[in-house]
Amino acid sequence: MSIEVLHLSKHFGTFTALHDVNLQVNSGELLALLGPSGSGKTTLLRVIAGLETADSGQVLFHGEDATDQHVRERQVGFVFQHYALFRNMTIFENVAFGLRVRPKKFRPSHAEIRDRVMALLHLVQLDWLADRYPHQLSGGQRQRIALARALAVEPKVLLLDEPFGALDAKVRKELRSWLRRLHDDMHITSVFVTHDQEEALEVADRVVVMNEGRIEQIGTPDEVYEQPASPFVYEFLGHVNLFHSRLHRGHAWIGDIAVAAPEHAEAEERSAIAYVRPHEIEVERVQTGGAAMAALVVHILSIGPIVRLELVRKNDEDITPIQVEISKERFRELQLTKGDEVFIKPRRLDLFPNQYEEASKSTRL
Amino acid sequence: MTAMTFPLPAGTRIQRATQEPAWVRWFLIGLALVFLTLFLFIPLVSVFYEAFKKGVDVYLASITDPDALSAIKLTLTVAAIAVPLNLVFGIAAAWAIAKFEFRGKNLLITLIDLPFSVSPVVSGLIYVLVFGLQGWFGPWLAEHDMKIIFAVPGIVLATVFVTVPFIARELIPLMQAQGTEEEEAAVVLGTSGWQTFYKVTLPNIKWGLLYGAILCNARAMGEFGAVSVVSGHIRGSTNTMPLHVEILYNEYNFAAAFAVASLLALLALVTLVLKTLVELRIKQQDTPRGSE
Amino acid sequence: MSTFKQHSILPGFNLAIGFTLLYLSLIVLIPLSAAFIRTAELTWSEFWTIVTAPRVMASYRLTFGASFAAAMVNAFFGLLVAWVLVRYHFPGKRIVDALVDLPFALPTAVAGIALTALYAGNGWIGQFLEPLGVKVAFTPLGIFVALTFIGLPFVVRTVQPVLEDIEAELEEAAATLGANRWQTFSMVIFPALFPALMTGFALAFARAIGEYGSVIFIAGNMPMVSEITPLLIITKLEQYDYAGATALSVVMLVISFILLLIINLLQWWSRRRSSKT
Repeated sequence: MSIEVLHLSKHFGTFTALHDVNLQVNSGELLALLGPSGSGKTTLLRVIAGLETADSGQVLFHGEDATDQHVRERQVGFVFQHYALFRNMTIFENVAFGLRVRPKKFRPSHAEIRDRVMALLHLVQLDWLADRYPHQLSGGQRQRIALARALAVEPKVLLLDEPFGALDAKVRKELRSWLRRLHDDMHITSVFVTHDQEEALEVADRVVVMNEGRIEQIGTPDEVYEQPASPFVYEFLGHVNLFHSRLHRGHAWIGDIAVAAPEHAEAEERSAIAYVRPHEIEVERVQTGGAAMAALVVHILSIGPIVRLELVRKNDEDITPIQVEISKERFRELQLTKGDEVFIKPRRLDLFPNQYEEASKSTRL
Repeated sequence: MTAMTFPLPAGTRIQRATQEPAWVRWFLIGLALVFLTLFLFIPLVSVFYEAFKKGVDVYLASITDPDALSAIKLTLTVAAIAVPLNLVFGIAAAWAIAKFEFRGKNLLITLIDLPFSVSPVVSGLIYVLVFGLQGWFGPWLAEHDMKIIFAVPGIVLATVFVTVPFIARELIPLMQAQGTEEEEAAVVLGTSGWQTFYKVTLPNIKWGLLYGAILCNARAMGEFGAVSVVSGHIRGSTNTMPLHVEILYNEYNFAAAFAVASLLALLALVTLVLKTLVELRIKQQDTPRGSE
Repeated sequence: MSTFKQHSILPGFNLAIGFTLLYLSLIVLIPLSAAFIRTAELTWSEFWTIVTAPRVMASYRLTFGASFAAAMVNAFFGLLVAWVLVRYHFPGKRIVDALVDLPFALPTAVAGIALTALYAGNGWIGQFLEPLGVKVAFTPLGIFVALTFIGLPFVVRTVQPVLEDIEAELEEAAATLGANRWQTFSMVIFPALFPALMTGFALAFARAIGEYGSVIFIAGNMPMVSEITPLLIITKLEQYDYAGATALSVVMLVISFILLLIINLLQWWSRRRSSKT
């Protein structure tokens, strides 16, 4: 079952939650909606589920318009951040709920309900808790029950709203890989919302990065991490250093060093921002061939196999420290201490020319 | 908060997932309002209607009648004694219960609530058993020419009894929720016990205190059953306003009865307004602490 | 120090607990114990004869019957009013919400004469009921009306906060699982409200049993027909039958205590049910 979202817009008062959003979720894939709070990711999920109504736009399930369908008829499985288990029912009754509320002619027999519920409880490895009440379970167990309950109605799509958001770090990691394995077994089209980039990159087939009600980028975890489509995605996914630079005839100038930028061959004296990941900066003791920036080591932090350096460029008014990550091995080789002078150069950088400048130039022409 | 404008959805849209259809909503609202109209609004309005039915002159004459004035005076006096007494009790009880851990606490809370579950008639009767002529201290009181039952002290005692829980039960949960950290911080900084109370605790509980006092006052002025048993119904002397209403009513002087009753109804309305305002203040006081 | 109290650096415990216990003893406990001690002067058979006399039994039946009926009506309409106040918007809602507490604030005598005037044969409401052959004032039905008025706020005010606290997600979860609104209400919302509803019912019932002021005006007070137990106590007192009045008081007190216990248990259950774990 595929999901298609066409031109969705949604406002809450003066706040724009969704701004002309288009999205295609392929059948059987596990998709992550990633973004900071207020980016519209939860609203998008709720509109897909039918819990929220969009101001305009369409939601299609398997090519069929579901926009005006009530949430009851959409056959979506929805998992809430805070589980939303029914406290007055046992675990068994919670999972059986969706089957028991069916109209008589569609309702499975008692024995069938029993079998299906127990099978699901077995799937989430909690069949021994069938007679307990939700308050007797841990957070991780509750979320697995919530998932079993959502799956009980054999939904066409599974929607999860920050499913691990309320859990502590360790349980979170376990459940994350468990969800991935479960999805690999069942191949149900799934969309989950998260603000945790690590979670999105680790679990999802594709990641949708959202910001201020718009989609910034859609791609595989590698694509969004390695080739961020916008400055926002760059800054949101992982650490990054910003350098102000000038583009001129196929070169980007950062201070007085030049880096080849063939894709900007036509640029004439345009300002741009260069993004460089901390692990893509080379550090040398001495200036070896080619341009390099001189910098001082101001802070050294060793985290497991990686050493994070904070450097400040010499002869520069910009005092924002540059973050560099090198391996412990390399660190030992360099024998760095605080206050040492080093020479750095970016191994790889991405350039985003100033949008405003371009706009003003074109109007001038 | 600024007014939010929700744009109306274009064309027909599905109803929200957790809302009933409009006809169900309006039917339920209608049903609730019909019930409340019959049982609340009409009785309230009828008090004022009956009070003014025979004209403003009769109304004014009824409430300025010497017996009525004396009843008003007695009611105010009783409330002026009962409310402060229960205020002091409420603070003491809440301080002990909310700020300390000791055995038998739940029993104590139940005991404080006890007068609420005792019938007003029984509340009056027990004082007759203690202080009445047939009672424990009756003969002794008679010997010393003192009168409690069928006199003002009995009315005060019965009123105090029925209003014991009001302030304490507002303060206890409030002070429990606030915990002891602020007071402990003050003590660590070197304040004395009274200073801690005045400077730290009192500002935190003042609205709850006022809330309890408003409710306590309304009940103190309006109490009928308990006071009726101990009063002796002596006109101009041991008649409170509710008792005066009863006497006038039983004499078929309906206009005068409702005139005095209208004053009590007005008191009830003022109580509700004050209560609503104080609730708003309490909500405001709680919000900055509660959010995030 | 003994294990009675845990250590605390805050001052004033001895003063506060001392004053609290003294005050409670003087105002509440000693007078209440008087009822029991005075009753103990009777023999068991004397006591039993008094509290099971036919006129007394009739008053129990009336008091409990009318109180139960009134509390039932209040449970239904109280839930309805709480629901409407929490879930819906309509003009004048704030005023309606504040006025729900009127029976707490209005002196019972005032309520009594107002209801009597309304439901008398020539009253605003009574005039429509009389042609139908329904007499309210001066009948047991009138007692039921007065007790309904008195108990109205209890259910509303116990259910309202619980209803406000029910997370929207529970209802949304039910909807995504295919439940319609009625199923969601009856299977998810109502069970969550039920302990609070029972608490409100018990509070309204307990209040109604002891009620005096609002009832005596509208009841007609005919022995064996429309005479409530609290009124019977007053009647005995006015006839200087102290023993009889005291014996009946003890019965009322014991019933009150049992109800108080039940209410405490219900509140404990309600808190447990609605606590978010």
